[in-house]
Amino acid sequence: MRINGEPAESTPAPGQCLRTFLRDAGRLDVKKGCDAGDCGACTVHVDGAPVHSCLYPAARALEHDVTTLAGLGTPEDPHPVQQAFADAAGFQCGFCTAGFVMTAAGAPEGADVERCFKGNLCRCTGYRSIRDALAGRVNVGPATADGAAFGASLGAPAAPRVVTGTEAYTLDLPATGVLHMALVQSPHAHARITRIDTSRAEAAPGVRLVLTHLDVPDVLYSTARHESRLDDPDDTRMLDDVVRYRGQRVAAVVAGSVREAQLAAALVEIEYDVLPAVLDPEAARASGAPLLHADKGPESRIAETRRNVVAQTHGEVGDVAAGLATAAATVSGTWRTARVTHAAMETHGARGWIDEDGRLVVRSSTQVPFLVRDELAHVLGLEPDRVRVVAGRVGGGFGGKQEMLVEDLVALAVLTIGEPVQLELTREQQFTLAPCRHPMRISVTAAADADGVLTALVVDVLSDAGAYGNHSIGVLFHGCHESVALYRCANKRVDAEAVYTNNVPSGAFRGYGLGQVIFAIESALDDLARELGLSPVELRRRNVVRPGDDFVVNDAPDIDLVFGSYGLDQCLDLVEQALATVGEEAPEGWAVGEGMAASMIATIPPRGHHSEATVAIDDDDDGTVTVGVGSAEFGNGTATVHVQIVAEELGVDPARIRLHSSDTDAAAYDTGAFGSTGSVVAGMAVAQAARELRSALDAGGEPPLSCTGRHSGTPRSVAFNVHGVRVAVDPVTGELRVLRSVHAVDAGRVINPEQLRGQVEGGVAQGLGSALQEELLVRDGEVVTRAFRHYRVPQIADVPPTEVLFADTYDELGPRGAKSMSEAPYNPVAPAIANAVRDALGVRPYELPMSRDRLWRLAQETR
Amino acid sequence: MDLATVTSHRLARGRDDLALAPGETLLAGGTWLFSEPQPEVSGLVDLTTLGWPDWESEPDALRIGATCTVERALGAPWGPAASLVSAAADSFLMSWKVQHVATVGGNLALALPAGAMVSLSAGLGASVVIWTPDGGTREQPVVDFVTGAGTTTLAPGEVIRAVDVPVAALSLPLAFRRTSLTPLGRAAAVVVGCGRTITLTASTTRPVVLDADDLDAGLAEVDCWYDDPHGPADWRAHVTGVLAREVRSDLAR
Repeated sequence: MRINGEPAESTPAPGQCLRTFLRDAGRLDVKKGCDAGDCGACTVHVDGAPVHSCLYPAARALEHDVTTLAGLGTPEDPHPVQQAFADAAGFQCGFCTAGFVMTAAGAPEGADVERCFKGNLCRCTGYRSIRDALAGRVNVGPATADGAAFGASLGAPAAPRVVTGTEAYTLDLPATGVLHMALVQSPHAHARITRIDTSRAEAAPGVRLVLTHLDVPDVLYSTARHESRLDDPDDTRMLDDVVRYRGQRVAAVVAGSVREAQLAAALVEIEYDVLPAVLDPEAARASGAPLLHADKGPESRIAETRRNVVAQTHGEVGDVAAGLATAAATVSGTWRTARVTHAAMETHGARGWIDEDGRLVVRSSTQVPFLVRDELAHVLGLEPDRVRVVAGRVGGGFGGKQEMLVEDLVALAVLTIGEPVQLELTREQQFTLAPCRHPMRISVTAAADADGVLTALVVDVLSDAGAYGNHSIGVLFHGCHESVALYRCANKRVDAEAVYTNNVPSGAFRGYGLGQVIFAIESALDDLARELGLSPVELRRRNVVRPGDDFVVNDAPDIDLVFGSYGLDQCLDLVEQALATVGEEAPEGWAVGEGMAASMIATIPPRGHHSEATVAIDDDDDGTVTVGVGSAEFGNGTATVHVQIVAEELGVDPARIRLHSSDTDAAAYDTGAFGSTGSVVAGMAVAQAARELRSALDAGGEPPLSCTGRHSGTPRSVAFNVHGVRVAVDPVTGELRVLRSVHAVDAGRVINPEQLRGQVEGGVAQGLGSALQEELLVRDGEVVTRAFRHYRVPQIADVPPTEVLFADTYDELGPRGAKSMSEAPYNPVAPAIANAVRDALGVRPYELPMSRDRLWRLAQETR
Repeated sequence: MDLATVTSHRLARGRDDLALAPGETLLAGGTWLFSEPQPEVSGLVDLTTLGWPDWESEPDALRIGATCTVERALGAPWGPAASLVSAAADSFLMSWKVQHVATVGGNLALALPAGAMVSLSAGLGASVVIWTPDGGTREQPVVDFVTGAGTTTLAPGEVIRAVDVPVAALSLPLAFRRTSLTPLGRAAAVVVGCGRTITLTASTTRPVVLDADDLDAGLAEVDCWYDDPHGPADWRAHVTGVLAREVRSDLAR
């Protein structure tokens, strides 16, 4: 076999696929997204023809020429397709880019784009920028008209490397000198382990270590990570003698290769005493239900272990009964959202080792390196300064990597053996083991007077936490916060509970609970507008909060949240106007409808978010500027933003700036890249450090110089999103077509228009997926959709264009007037579509996803 | 993905090589075999080295070799049926990159309801040519060969050699319809019309052949609607009826 023109030095093993053979040969530009032929990230050319290398028997490529992404071109001399992806900003995390470029470079002339790329999934972009790359459109530029970097559509600093396969993701490390871990997972939804025999596994070839519940620290913790570890319930043991969901980690085997570890994992003998399981959250909080965590005490911070309730809020402001009594119109309903998986193209993975100073080092696919460091130290009984956590470029997150799912076992194995150990989750494990988005049941009653002014808003939420609490507390409170606080209403009541079940755990997911509750509230308000004879936009105008209002849910207002700027009024106007313009024609016989929904999000999570960054200038000839910042780049674009901020503050060429990020050694501290904080917390710390450096230089300071900036994440501002759609529904088949999609954002001053547009489009695409097609199916506690071919992540053909509109505001709190905007565009999409379906069919959908079969059944109700 | 339990990869050069040792399985394109863990498999026997022709023109049949890839099968002399063949291949969930490797025989052996080559060959009234372990050959219509979702009449030791498409079918009126939960997703219903027969696949656990002249009665009698994450049975039954009636009117043109 010749790889990129060079003879391969080894011979494939029987049963080995070309993907792992190439990676073992050091071709780390070949990515693993699914390992099952569904996502296309591993696409390479065999004799010039693109194939999915994960499906291709490596032995069959002997005597053939194999070309990988790095064989097409280099950062200095890129292939035209590679250059096109860089010029179009045709990626965000960039993990899928290898596959897109290789597919495009090997595609027949004039191939239909949607069919050509149906075997390539991108979770970040929403595909518009990829279409631009394929069409040769250029979206990035060096500077604004007046020469500034801030406000310009600067390309990602890593772009030349991402498109040529030379940017290192988490596990893009040498294949030699590392042991590999495989996991044994529970076959039962609820069981106690009565016997576990590892002797056969330990005797298997290559095996170095087998870990079970007998070997792990007796420390309870949470896989969820926040600034305060007390925010999340301590209900999880690294390996437990009770398993609470099918797929839970039961044992870990470390061996010389992945293959040896997998073979030995099958030899671990386990006997279970199967316990009663409860899979429905309503049943789980009823009396007599099997209790999941009754063995935990108050130190675990679980709301009510005797009712399986991990988190709750109950409260009322004003007088709801009076508000309902005086109403001219009242509507109510109960909505349900599905289980959804993040589907970041890079699976969770980590490699650990001991460095020369005897410190534990863990390189992980994480959004929160500092928080993982601190929790590893807590669980393993180490001082935090004896642990270093570092992330390379992370292949997508969407909240899923604000969770410690692999680092703990890797660290324990490294400490036990003293050698490097790696664990890479399979795509199947991403479905069966890693947390998903919380499914919720939300009941809403909304009432207004004859002028359309809200007199009562009542929300009741039941959230399925799954078997472990992790993010369920934060998701519940956040989900009920900005969704309810968006509306001025004197009388509000919110009752919400997150309940343990023996399902796969739910966790942090883009929007952090808001999307589910917003789906219900925005649907109810749409009904209310109909009752009152108002347009849905007008109803919002009469009731949304505006500067001077408090942010109220069901208790005292949140005083840490302020209006640093306000652009919701503009967003409503922009969507109303844009939706009035012509879109695609509806097919004959299809029902057409329009819908909109609004959402608000705090620019920073509550309860503390800290960043301490450094900006330094060298005394070398070209004055290289080095930025040390703790937050991670996972497609959120903060690497670009930080460069732009420093360029602006220092007045230097962005090309001179080097970023050293997401490493607990690179910066003093950063809570992490979640809750949209990369720009507004880490960015503020970077800006302050750069300003200090500018002052030092202006005062006559001579390089080398280094300055530090800090931000503590308070006070917080609010950002707004409004989505509008026109849809056509075929009542005969349930097929839905989006005829027009518009999305207005209030992100403050726009730092990078192309990048912001991309973040919005990506969020809308993920919203479309949740709204119309994605569903993690669980039967008897077993996840049955455990491959991308059964779980419908939107393909390029599934995502219609969305026009993105920016409100013109300047935030007093954010960096140079900017606000955060990466997770929020997801939130209003599903209710906007649901409201359009209601408009089209005359019947309201109450359940996500609004798949064709569900819309067909809905259409039957009108006949 | 790597198949951890596999320790041998034999290249078949002749029929004698097709006798399988315990744990061995046949490897054609490999696009399904390598897409899921195969913990029972310890050895692979590669069919693609047998040198079977992609297609042969027999007096009454167009014979497509089992190891012919879907991509190469598109180039066979289909005559007026070429656009139907193209539409069927297009209904694969998987991309053209998979069609470049996946084989016609592999798709038949897998016998998924959404198997595009099952839809095509069943719809054209084709028969599977099967090598039996005693050195003989048997033929069976595809509609009988596929007995359910993922099940066939293949006995241990039997190997699919080819699929014979009757030449007469290629010049009959032909029609094709499909649908899925997303525009280019895994097929939820595929309906192929050929002459006066209408064949349902994807929405049924096995191919169902209906008479275009008695379609409604035939649809009412279907007893094997399929239910999986790609569509519930009630919706599939309904849209199959819609598509089948469209196919019937196409055939009448």
